Amino acid sequence: MERIPILKMGPFLLVTIQIDLYDRLALTLENDLINMVSQTGARGVLIDISAVSIVDSFMGRILGNIASMSRIMDAETVVVGMQPAVAITLVELGLTLQGVHTALNVEKGMELLNTKLINNWEQDEEEEEDQDDRND
Amino acid sequence: MNTTAQVLEKNKSRILEKWMQNQLSEDSLRDDLMSNEELQRQSKEMLDALLRAISKENYDNIYAIEFEQVTDTLRDISITRARQGFSPRETGAYVLSLKKALSEVLIEERANDPSTLYKEIMDINTLLDNLSIVTFETFIKGREEVILRQTDEISEISTPVIRVWDGILALPIIGTLDSARTQIVMENLLQEIVNTGSNIAILDISGVPAVDSLVAQHLIKTVSATRLMGAECIISGIRAEIAQTIVHLGIDLSNIKTKASLASALQLAFSMTNLEVRKNDKNKGFNIMR
Repeated sequence: MERIPILKMGPFLLVTIQIDLYDRLALTLENDLINMVSQTGARGVLIDISAVSIVDSFMGRILGNIASMSRIMDAETVVVGMQPAVAITLVELGLTLQGVHTALNVEKGMELLNTKLINNWEQDEEEEEDQDDRND
Repeated sequence: MNTTAQVLEKNKSRILEKWMQNQLSEDSLRDDLMSNEELQRQSKEMLDALLRAISKENYDNIYAIEFEQVTDTLRDISITRARQGFSPRETGAYVLSLKKALSEVLIEERANDPSTLYKEIMDINTLLDNLSIVTFETFIKGREEVILRQTDEISEISTPVIRVWDGILALPIIGTLDSARTQIVMENLLQEIVNTGSNIAILDISGVPAVDSLVAQHLIKTVSATRLMGAECIISGIRAEIAQTIVHLGIDLSNIKTKASLASALQLAFSMTNLEVRKNDKNKGFNIMR
């Protein structure tokens, strides 16, 4: 059975979808990806869909699901390289992918994940400091 | 006794001469749009085809096979005339002056046989009336094509996507936004975002006369699509009355960045991309000297 490879790059996971997703493949991807997040403790997931030209409501929901699941496991999701036609279709379907970050290309997506990581780290730091202050 | 077709065939050159005379004496002759030689050639071609068709003794059904060439030629002529900018009267006069020429020739030829003449004139009238209907149909169709092309052109022209800065696009919308136009605007904008790799798009709606709930919905759709692509969208040029309508209609634009003017939208875009515009202080040297 076909599988979409998931690459680990530092604290991030990188998925490039090179073929049109059918339902079963999308479900497998969702499953694999979440398992991978929990195994590696990744802090960010980057999904490149620049080669996807056909999208339906199911596919849109899967993307939303991946984002929500990753959020629970403390990883941010960025979808990059969406084709104009795909964006128009998703909007017409009423799926605006709330909670999913988007970027124009992989480069900008990585940049976005990095800034998110740094921001989260700073927040954690502050919280810890607050706790330290209270302990003192 | 000769048939109508034979009589007309015999007098072909005379008919052509009369027809040309009729056309040239019309007030509506447009020698600025078409030379007389061209007109002569066109008329001769037309008359040849018509006489060939008439020899089949068919005056009622112009959709019959023998009339194919006549109607084709006629359609050709009226389409070209519609495109060249002839008026309906000028185009109509072309066929109607042929009717006059044919009738005149028949009257001369059948001077001593009124009953045949009457029947022949009736036939010719029916035939040429039908032909003039074809002329008009085609003429109007030609004009409609022109209008359609212009409509397309206007909608193309009216949605330019401008690159105002590296990574910042602006799209001034002028005129009413309907579904078809929103589609074009959205496609143009998204394609341009991909082409230029821009992060920020500014939609300027100062040229939109009125915003109702449908237009607002179209705007929200465009913004969502831009966001899905990974770019930010700012709506600018919101006039006081538009702000009032939006609030009265209860449209929620709270998760969309809106600005009153294109300038302030550009300023926001600069701060989002960490750019800064500073005044170049020319008096710096002078200040240091003091």
